[in-house]
Amino acid sequence: MFSPELAVNALVAGVLLGGFYAAVTIGISISFGILDIVNIAHPAFIILGSYIAYILNAQFGIDPIIAAIIALPAFYALGAAIYQVYHVAFEMRGREALSGLAFFFGLLFITEVLLILVFGVDYRYVQASYVDQSINIGFINLPKRMLIPCLISILMFVALQLFLSRTFIGRAITAVAQDQLALRLMAASPTRIKRIAFAISIATASLAGAFLIIIQPVEPSVGREYIGRVFAICVLGGLGSLPGTIIAAMLLGIAESFTSTFYGPSWAPAVSFGILLLTLAFRPAGLLGR
Amino acid sequence: MRSAIFFLIAVVVAAIVFACALAINNDYVFFAGYTVLQFIVLATAWNILGGYTGYVNFGSAAFFALGAYSSVFLHKFYPMPIPVLIIIAAVISGLVGLGMGYLTLRLRGAFFAIATLALAVVLQTLIVNWNYVGGSRGAYVVRPATIAFLGNYVHYLFLLMLGLAVIALTVARTIEHSSLGYGFATIRDDELAAEASGVPTLRLKLIATTISGALMGMAGAPFPYYIGYLQPSSAFGLEYAVNSIAMPIIGGTATWLGPLIGAIVLGSLQQYVTVTISSSVNVLIVGLLLVVFVVIAPNGIVGLVQSILRRRRYERKPA
Amino acid sequence: MSANLLEVETLGKRFGGFVALDGIDLTVAAGERVGLIGPNGSGKSTLVNCLCGALGNYTGAVRFDGRNVGGLSAHQRTRLGMARSFQLPRPFASMTVADNIRVPLVYAVGARSGVHMTNEQIVARSTEMLALVGLADKAGQFPRDLTQVEMRKLELARAMAAEPKLLIADEAMAGLSHSEVEDIVALLIRLNERGITVILIEHIMRAVMTFSQRLVVLVSGKKIADGNPNEVIRNKEVERAYLGQ
Repeated sequence: MFSPELAVNALVAGVLLGGFYAAVTIGISISFGILDIVNIAHPAFIILGSYIAYILNAQFGIDPIIAAIIALPAFYALGAAIYQVYHVAFEMRGREALSGLAFFFGLLFITEVLLILVFGVDYRYVQASYVDQSINIGFINLPKRMLIPCLISILMFVALQLFLSRTFIGRAITAVAQDQLALRLMAASPTRIKRIAFAISIATASLAGAFLIIIQPVEPSVGREYIGRVFAICVLGGLGSLPGTIIAAMLLGIAESFTSTFYGPSWAPAVSFGILLLTLAFRPAGLLGR
Repeated sequence: MRSAIFFLIAVVVAAIVFACALAINNDYVFFAGYTVLQFIVLATAWNILGGYTGYVNFGSAAFFALGAYSSVFLHKFYPMPIPVLIIIAAVISGLVGLGMGYLTLRLRGAFFAIATLALAVVLQTLIVNWNYVGGSRGAYVVRPATIAFLGNYVHYLFLLMLGLAVIALTVARTIEHSSLGYGFATIRDDELAAEASGVPTLRLKLIATTISGALMGMAGAPFPYYIGYLQPSSAFGLEYAVNSIAMPIIGGTATWLGPLIGAIVLGSLQQYVTVTISSSVNVLIVGLLLVVFVVIAPNGIVGLVQSILRRRRYERKPA
Repeated sequence: MSANLLEVETLGKRFGGFVALDGIDLTVAAGERVGLIGPNGSGKSTLVNCLCGALGNYTGAVRFDGRNVGGLSAHQRTRLGMARSFQLPRPFASMTVADNIRVPLVYAVGARSGVHMTNEQIVARSTEMLALVGLADKAGQFPRDLTQVEMRKLELARAMAAEPKLLIADEAMAGLSHSEVEDIVALLIRLNERGITVILIEHIMRAVMTFSQRLVVLVSGKKIADGNPNEVIRNKEVERAYLGQ
């Protein structure tokens, strides 16, 4: 049964959800959109981020977002290490197509199972003052646990966009997608640039993980629902376009929110994957694609 | 060796395997053996698309589950003998493979791989919401206790899966040695050059997707009878996706032998680990082996053996 | 019915905002030897890709043998009789040199005629092709064992094996020695005498001038000259394009 208040709240919830989805996807926008690396293990790293935020929060009472920022360097290093293996084993041998995909697929499972073995399959939560609070504007309900991640996510996007367009390394990253030869002539090593970019993409997983566990309870297999979402958003938004990612994330968030509200939550996974299939079939360049 | 001869040899080997299983006379052997045989079919089917043409399918579970659920549907609607169910499953899964291929094969391999993942989830969501086949509550399929001639029904299921394994391996080998196999290899090596050389790449890829999907569906058709109680989470279980990729890669993707070896080695290992340790460690081991092999031995066990043999041949030559 | 084998009418191709080809008109008569030159980035390879179907979404029309090839995919155009070699060799790495030649024999020639060739016929034809480019003794080796120069020859042999009516050789002679260049030019002229129309895209001016009956010059996606080779190279615009302003 359809009511305007319900619809508006579904819309608002969708926008907030979209902001969060954008944070989850930004890593893939960099690794797949710009570097052409199909890292389907990314959601597993996000869950890893969630668990690290959980530990720091449960043991030391640190706010999950602060915890994620503390963990950033470790995630960066992890990303650099993974890229190094990927580069030597696959890029240099020209075997990215099959072996590279299988590599990340394996990493996805290893990460998930290690988390199961260490933490078990119980849902984990974080404790923070804003997790249970909401702001109410008229009949519009703004849960703080969704609002805060959404706002910080937008900040993260702005920061990354500035980084990519204003700094030398940032511009080199954008360039490496288009012309590696020109990059070499500028005395920048494409491998090093790509490593930095990939490391940044994994670092974003730390923050995204914190957002996730603020928004909902987490257990190791939650990551799988997000594989379709991140690629759907990435493809819909157009590979390599950061603004496109935000728009696509909002669209997906709103679509899922409406589906959940009016048809029931069990249909929600089909929304993202369905959008992905349709986009791939009819407009693979996405909305704002290169 | 002509395909007909290979088929006959395979049938003889299968008969010997069945006779040995009967001699051991332990039901566990049949249950575990069924699982390993199922993986032989899935791994071989995956490899026709993934190994031969280079297009990775992450959604093997979808085709497998399609086969399983078409059996459930027909069981409720009008029960029929399993061989008929297998054929129907082949047609349904083959058509879905064709359709999905038509939508996504014009894109690069990476997009195809992601699309297969999307398909698996969409299908799972559809099934979960479809009450006629049980939805998320699951469906009971009562396994008959006996069947004519053989007696024990589990023996019958084992025999059926043996037959499917023989069919899958023969199909794979026939393709490998035909001009179709050449065409597949050109797609894997360099699709652009293949097109320029006159290879109808889209058509060949569609053939590969259809055959691969059909074989996976066939493997799924007897599953409800084997397991008795079918839930979407078990039919769409991610262990099918991981294993159908890991087994060919670890065994070796270049020939029909690789998936067979990978399925037997990994399948048996997993049966042992699940029973003695846990099923999570199972998936961990498969994941680790997959990553290790893909980084260090990308040509799989078959590739390793081949390079050892080649090195020996060089060492034997006079300096 | 015109004797033009290839008719290109106002061909245009953009990549986003970048205009790679701008209204190219070109006709090639059956049996002609056409040279195509232009600075790096002028659009030569883009032109080949559009003609042969590797790139789509172009404006204008391409007619081959009287027929608009607009919606046809690359393999269909190859079967119609257009063949090209790639500027950077793209061999089938998992197959032997001989098997690389087998592919167009089976999939272009065999498919075109509908005749099923026996294995002996295929092997004989493959050996013949390899002998033409001087690779007969490498038949059993793999592309990774070949030198750069040998890979270029394989690339050319593979295009020839498709028995085309029109062969487009895209910088097939880069890195070859003086005598090797002469060999390839002689080979292409021999093919032409057998009736194959050839478009030669090259930077090696000696080869282009020896080979071409007609010379076409492409600069920044536009055709700036088209005619007798000796006249074209004396054209002021062509000089400017190569020597800069």
